[in-house]
Amino acid sequence: MEAIIIKDLTKKFGSFTAVDHISFEVGQGEIFGFLGANGAGKTTAMRMLCGLLEPTSGQGTVAGYDIYKQRDLVKQNIGYMSQKFSLYEDLTIKENMRLFGGIYGMSDKEIKMKGEQVIQDLSLQNEQNALVESLPLGIKQKVSFAVSTFHTPKIVFLDEPTGGVDPIARRIFWEMIYEAADRGITAFVTTHYMDEAEYCNRISIMVDGKIEALDTPSNLRKQFGADNLEEVFYTLARKAKRGDD
Amino acid sequence: MRQFFNFVKKEVYHITRDKRTLFILLAMPIIQLLLFGYAITSDIKDVRFSVLDESGSTASRQLVEKFAGNKYFIHYSDLHSYDDIEREFHKGKTKLVIVIPSDFANELQHTGTARVQLLADASDASEASIVAGYGQLIISDFQQDLSKNETIPYRIHIEQKMLYNPQLISSYNFVPGIIGLVLMLICAIMTSISIVREKEEGTMEVLLVSPIKPVYIVLAKAVPYLAIAFVNILSILFISHFLMDVPIVGNIFLILFLGILFIISALSLGLLISSIVDTQRVAMIISAVGLLVPTLLLSGLIYPIENMPWLLRAISNIIPAKWFISAVKDVMLKGMGFEAIAFECGILILMAVVLLTISIKQFKNRL
Repeated sequence: MEAIIIKDLTKKFGSFTAVDHISFEVGQGEIFGFLGANGAGKTTAMRMLCGLLEPTSGQGTVAGYDIYKQRDLVKQNIGYMSQKFSLYEDLTIKENMRLFGGIYGMSDKEIKMKGEQVIQDLSLQNEQNALVESLPLGIKQKVSFAVSTFHTPKIVFLDEPTGGVDPIARRIFWEMIYEAADRGITAFVTTHYMDEAEYCNRISIMVDGKIEALDTPSNLRKQFGADNLEEVFYTLARKAKRGDD
Repeated sequence: MRQFFNFVKKEVYHITRDKRTLFILLAMPIIQLLLFGYAITSDIKDVRFSVLDESGSTASRQLVEKFAGNKYFIHYSDLHSYDDIEREFHKGKTKLVIVIPSDFANELQHTGTARVQLLADASDASEASIVAGYGQLIISDFQQDLSKNETIPYRIHIEQKMLYNPQLISSYNFVPGIIGLVLMLICAIMTSISIVREKEEGTMEVLLVSPIKPVYIVLAKAVPYLAIAFVNILSILFISHFLMDVPIVGNIFLILFLGILFIISALSLGLLISSIVDTQRVAMIISAVGLLVPTLLLSGLIYPIENMPWLLRAISNIIPAKWFISAVKDVMLKGMGFEAIAFECGILILMAVVLLTISIKQFKNRL
């Protein structure tokens, strides 16, 4: 079953069409890169997929649930992590897990078992009772990802998850995404780093609210006759008429 | 429900781990109380008075002595004509002029009744009324002294009765005001900031993406502040009653009930602010300028509402603290029952309902 299916999804704010008839499918366990310059409509599209915004027109299901009528079920089955790390800085790692596990309806026993496993996997035994604010950025980011997938969602939405961290930490982070994908969790990632786009199974590039390109990184390079994705991105993004919003 | 308690617990962690803020929240009411009660007190002290003694009699001199002997008054100057009065006031030193008419002693001796005129500098209205009140007390004291040795009591015409607060100690009136101010500060400002902080830090986004209902997020924020605000009411009442000897004449539970109503309306105001702004700084400014200043100036806490121009009087009606303070005064200082404050309660409930409805609607629209 496909994790995300959308067809002609459109969002208008007054006379402004932020997202203009976009259609795509994302398979289960796939890592899908969602690219576009600032103001291209990425955030709006993602908010519709997460059940935060109601689309103006078009159809779609996320995790098998309708994005109009079953928004609560959509929310229950996705995870979300933003560039701001999404953890409570004045709570410990364990308390963050307990809080978010509780929000997604996990039982205390489940939370405890899963929590210990995550602590072990990330070898954070020494840090588990430290406040998140005292942790280095790289670890915060790992924990943040672990928390966003804590309730084993079908899909995890990652909104520029590696902003502001060094290349090594980014590398380690992507390994975590791959592991999650192996467990069958679909990753929907937005990024501005083209080297990261190369890590994705498939990428789409949005320009002025429309999807202008959608394929595997290697096919896109061939299609545009480019050496790397950066060139592909520039070729498309230069056509944009909208500025940043 | 478990989700909700989880959330309340999280809010409690946020508050208790921020030791500095917690300290401010718990100590601020006490500091405010002491400040208003003692330092910024509008009680009079060292009031300079001038005398225009046209009588020049023993009796009139005794009366002046009586004033000069009072610890609140200082005999500043003697005047010789009516023209002097205005000149003296213009200098700004004297606050009260006592005019004793030439027939004072005569009248007192022959008819047993006399007149004395008190002129107060009313550029500060509340101070003037207090000064005049003190003056009248002293005169009636004087009259009693005179009457002690006589069978027929002397009468000096003064028609004044100080209800509820015979010593004119102003901290009595300040206590309900302080409760109103502190609750407004803590409930409205702190809740708005704590919600906006989550917006700034990005955690609000994660919560909104999660299946938890926005109403829970908002209510869970309010619960710990409600508890803190309640502790504040108790500490203010305790200190003012046992340390400052402020009487609590009415039913304490009625006061607490009023407190809860007011807390709810203040919390709703905080929610409303947080639903329209996106940064802590703006939340802070709006709370301070939009809530704190009007509460201070228009609630009757510092300036009596009755003396304001009609426009300000009209505006004061939309200040929740105004209704709360007047109701608490009625209960606490005058010992009135529920019937007397039912109207104020109704208005506070109405305000809370309207504000809550608007802010929850706003909150949803913002998703």
